[in-house]
Amino acid sequence: MISLTIDGIKVEVPENTSVLEAARAANIKIPTLCYLKGINAIGACRMCLVDMIEGGRGLQAACVLPAANGMVISTKSKAVQEARRINLELILSNHDKRCLSCVRNQNCELQKLCEELGVEDVPYEGKSFDRPLDTGSASVVRDPNKCILCRRCVAVCNNVQKIGAVGATERGFRTIIEPVFGKSLKDVPCVNCGQCITACPVGALTEKSEIQNVWDAINDPKKHVVVQTAPAVRFGLGEEFGIPVGTSVTGKMATALKRIGFDKVFDVDFSADLTIMEEGTELLGRIKNGGKLPMITSCSPGWIKYCEHFFPDFLDNLSTCKSPHQMGGAVIKSYYAQKAGIDPKDIYVVSIMPCTAKKFEKERDEMAVNGLRDVDAVLTTRELARMIKQANIDFKNLPDSDFDRVLGESTGAAVIFGATGGVMEAALRTVADLLTGQDLKDIDYECVRGIDGVKEATVNIAGMDIKVAVASGTGNAKKLLEAVRSGEKEYHFIEVMGCPGGCVTGGGQPIVSAQDKLNINPYVLRAKATYAEDAGKPKRKSHENEEVKLLYKEFLGEPNSHKAHELLHTHYHARPKYQ
Amino acid sequence: MDIFRSHVLVCGGTGCTSSESPKIMDKFVEEISNAGLDKEVKVVRTGCFGLCEAGPVVIVYPEGCFYSRVKVSDVPEIVSEHLLKGRIVQRLLYHGETKEIEMSLDHIGFYKKQKRIALRNCGVIDPERIEEYIAFDGYKALGKCLTEYTPQQVIDIIKQSGLRGRGGGGFPTGLKWQFCANEKNEQKYVICNADEGDPGAFMDRSVLEGDPHAVLEAMAIAGYAIGANMGYIYVRAEYPIAVKRLEIAIGQAREMGLLGKDIFGTGFDFDIEIRLGAGAFVCGEEMALISSIEGHRGEPTPKPPFPAQKGLFGKPTIINNVETFANVAQIILNGPEWFASMGTEKSKGTKVFALGGKINNTGLVEIPMGTTLREIIYDIGGGIPGGKAFKAAQTGGPSGGCIPASHLDTPIDYDSLISIGSMMGSGGLIVMDEDNCMVDVARFFLDFTVDESCGKCPPCRIGTKRMLEILERIVNGQGEEGDIEKLEQLGENIKNAALCGLGKTAPNPVLSTIKYFRHEYEAHIRDKKCPAGHCKALLSYVIDKSKCIGCSACAKVCPTGAISGKIKEPFEIDQSKCIKCGACIGKCKFGAIEKK
Repeated sequence: MISLTIDGIKVEVPENTSVLEAARAANIKIPTLCYLKGINAIGACRMCLVDMIEGGRGLQAACVLPAANGMVISTKSKAVQEARRINLELILSNHDKRCLSCVRNQNCELQKLCEELGVEDVPYEGKSFDRPLDTGSASVVRDPNKCILCRRCVAVCNNVQKIGAVGATERGFRTIIEPVFGKSLKDVPCVNCGQCITACPVGALTEKSEIQNVWDAINDPKKHVVVQTAPAVRFGLGEEFGIPVGTSVTGKMATALKRIGFDKVFDVDFSADLTIMEEGTELLGRIKNGGKLPMITSCSPGWIKYCEHFFPDFLDNLSTCKSPHQMGGAVIKSYYAQKAGIDPKDIYVVSIMPCTAKKFEKERDEMAVNGLRDVDAVLTTRELARMIKQANIDFKNLPDSDFDRVLGESTGAAVIFGATGGVMEAALRTVADLLTGQDLKDIDYECVRGIDGVKEATVNIAGMDIKVAVASGTGNAKKLLEAVRSGEKEYHFIEVMGCPGGCVTGGGQPIVSAQDKLNINPYVLRAKATYAEDAGKPKRKSHENEEVKLLYKEFLGEPNSHKAHELLHTHYHARPKYQ
Repeated sequence: MDIFRSHVLVCGGTGCTSSESPKIMDKFVEEISNAGLDKEVKVVRTGCFGLCEAGPVVIVYPEGCFYSRVKVSDVPEIVSEHLLKGRIVQRLLYHGETKEIEMSLDHIGFYKKQKRIALRNCGVIDPERIEEYIAFDGYKALGKCLTEYTPQQVIDIIKQSGLRGRGGGGFPTGLKWQFCANEKNEQKYVICNADEGDPGAFMDRSVLEGDPHAVLEAMAIAGYAIGANMGYIYVRAEYPIAVKRLEIAIGQAREMGLLGKDIFGTGFDFDIEIRLGAGAFVCGEEMALISSIEGHRGEPTPKPPFPAQKGLFGKPTIINNVETFANVAQIILNGPEWFASMGTEKSKGTKVFALGGKINNTGLVEIPMGTTLREIIYDIGGGIPGGKAFKAAQTGGPSGGCIPASHLDTPIDYDSLISIGSMMGSGGLIVMDEDNCMVDVARFFLDFTVDESCGKCPPCRIGTKRMLEILERIVNGQGEEGDIEKLEQLGENIKNAALCGLGKTAPNPVLSTIKYFRHEYEAHIRDKKCPAGHCKALLSYVIDKSKCIGCSACAKVCPTGAISGKIKEPFEIDQSKCIKCGACIGKCKFGAIEKK
């Protein structure tokens, strides 16, 4: 153990602890901007400066300063306070300060610091950038005028996701975080995962908003507007209304969507069960018929685009299943339209997603049937929260309600799609029953749960060893696929999610500040709520979903039927990294 | 081996090369051959002699005649007169400000007070021939280390010598080596920092061009001392001659078994590779340099961890500057006591300075630590042109500080420079005279660092820019009360809060000029006057009616028609039209036009 003194308080911490973390242990909250636990500790923003009274010299960045025995540190000396204030004033002097119209208003780490440090004025006039926004991407909007160059996006994209779509270019005052050669995000191998958005402390990175399109559709009397919500949304949405992280708000969400004015409120959990029927059948088919293995899941559009850019040799390994909400869209505009007697051309499908990559996915050429887009708009969890606020809804105090029927039922297997390993577990539950022909009771596959970036397991089903692996985050996917490519590892089935932790920590989910992340792990809390909801479901296997069964009976025939292929499956193509 | 009666040494440094010294050398070879002297006289291309002001430089031995500003057309005369007939060409001999002709190097004031250790072979040997280096005891020190000393003994010698890093920080070299030697790791690295970023300094370039093996040998010694078998030289691509000579030197050393496997049959392996830098000032900062070698953007990272613990590719690494390395072999051969006998209490040995600005002898000088600024400027540098008054000297490059006349007698070493608000830095030394406006000088230097900031931390990225904007306002006559205080507050904060050495030193020119020349700032801000008569926006050109004879020469040359008057009567300048180009002053023969 290391013993040091911070602000006169004796602190004992394990070795390899930073002074920032050590201070936290003594309930001292050192301000930060560029620091992001586990992702970015580079001492760049100089907000976490502390004064070394003993054991070192001058002002040092606490986030990268290892705690050492005998250190005496002040986190609030005159020098520290002055340095931080001037620093913050300097940052503000080149920041677009139109806070009132910024989507991060009141959820901005810079704004919060100004309040906490008591910044009253920006005493520096002078040059301030007015650079063009990058609005080329279908998913992410980059506003360099709000960027404070903290590099958190760079760290998450480069070090965690192993993509490196953005980095620092130019130098000095002109330094800018952008894709190489000043290109738009749409012309580089950005996979639209949006992890940069959830890493950004300010409003420099945001999702491309489709809120107005959705309002326009709702207000158009000719349009029949159908909404469907992804599994992970309900475990994050409440945070936008001050409900503690890790609270499920399924019922309130359904009520809010109805009050906003959607004509039908369906659940992507339904389509998740449908996905398991299609994907499970596809897997069994591949295993039995000597098809391409390992089969890799295709639910995550960030992962799909990553595979197309970086691992085109694995495209045949990808399941041909569309992602659940695209399946949902295709079913709404065919089966539901037919059942409800509505011309599919008049139906406007909105997907609420924890994801920004889905915005890109829905625009893919392949995501249409007979010229009709499967999905017309994708909103992130955050955008939905904004719509709820715009619709004057007191979300916190809403009564619960259920999803609309015919595409609203779901099982526990679908619920867990939002957490890494969830799709794998849901598939195993169904595949095991199908292979054994039994209704197995032991269905909690703990081996594929949890926060590890790469998980492996061998599951024995009906005498057959099925080797599976789960990766979340494209960086982990890279590690896993390289091992498969080299022949070092062999699997039957792999689940990959583009975002670390899976959809519950997707790029479209509510943003938890770096300071809060020092105390809580959003993945852990949201995943806990996810598995709790699964455990409480009366049905926990996809093939038990009555509405899914009805869909096959009335419309699709059987899983992987010709019609199912027409509506629910797709294909992929290699993409150049740069355009 | 052939014996020659005369040697013609032609400077092959960058300065002389750009004033056609390669053609001069070719001409010598041709003329000597035509005269049938090619068995008697040898032409040698050397590194830099240091007195770049007098280039292209040619020295003829055994007389040691120092011919300066030699042109290709002068070569036949030197060959036919000096080499053939033994008559020295007087008109080409160097003469300083005194107009007194000096025959040889030893008599020239510029060289008299110098003590050349790092530059010992520059201008003496052909840097492209390892044999010449070996003839001057080259690689003897490496052999001695490998066969007579343990690695710890080598470190102890360097420690005892008191050698400190010549790249700027002045960290004790032996201690740096010790830290790295103490680290347990299979793989360690030696890096030579040859990213000489200060635009006014070129001693590292000179060493690499004139004596590349001195650096290679020292790197191998360092490798032996710390337990590394791989070295990198990070040199800027803007130094093509240095890069070429390094490549040649590495090739020759490998061929002779002085680099590579099993050096001197001792089982010690050491090899060196060159890495080219793209010329960013910040890449001279060691962490940024490491980042650049690793293939990343050249940006500093916080210390700790220090390179000695976690450096290149995460391995223990020492980084020393070219000039530091250039001292190492001499310390090994002559002993630490010899080295420590030179210099001051805490700064041992010599330091190379690059003299520039308002000084007669621009060029490179190597002097013992503790020499005063006055000796450097007046005795070695030959004083200030035109007999003008010394105002200040900027040491340490763009992030150093300005030293006023009151400190001319300060003995120069690491600590004394810091105590007067400047620093040793790379050893750039820019002299300024009464015509230099110190506010504008500060603006000029800061403009460079603003441009060269890596952009990583806000104090440097935004803070220096805001300081520059204030300085620009002041020199443009828009200074306000409170600006000086704002500059001081910002400057101090940047020094305290910036991430790396570049940011921490960037405010130095501003803070030191405020410290010593505050009145000039005040004159700009309060009186809207530039005391040095330099800042255009604060000047007006006026005609002294008592001196003007009405010749109209000024009016004729004025590009904007701002001057008018009747012939034989005093003329007048219309201030609203005057663009302050100064053309009129140059034309007036009666000194009637004044800058006010």
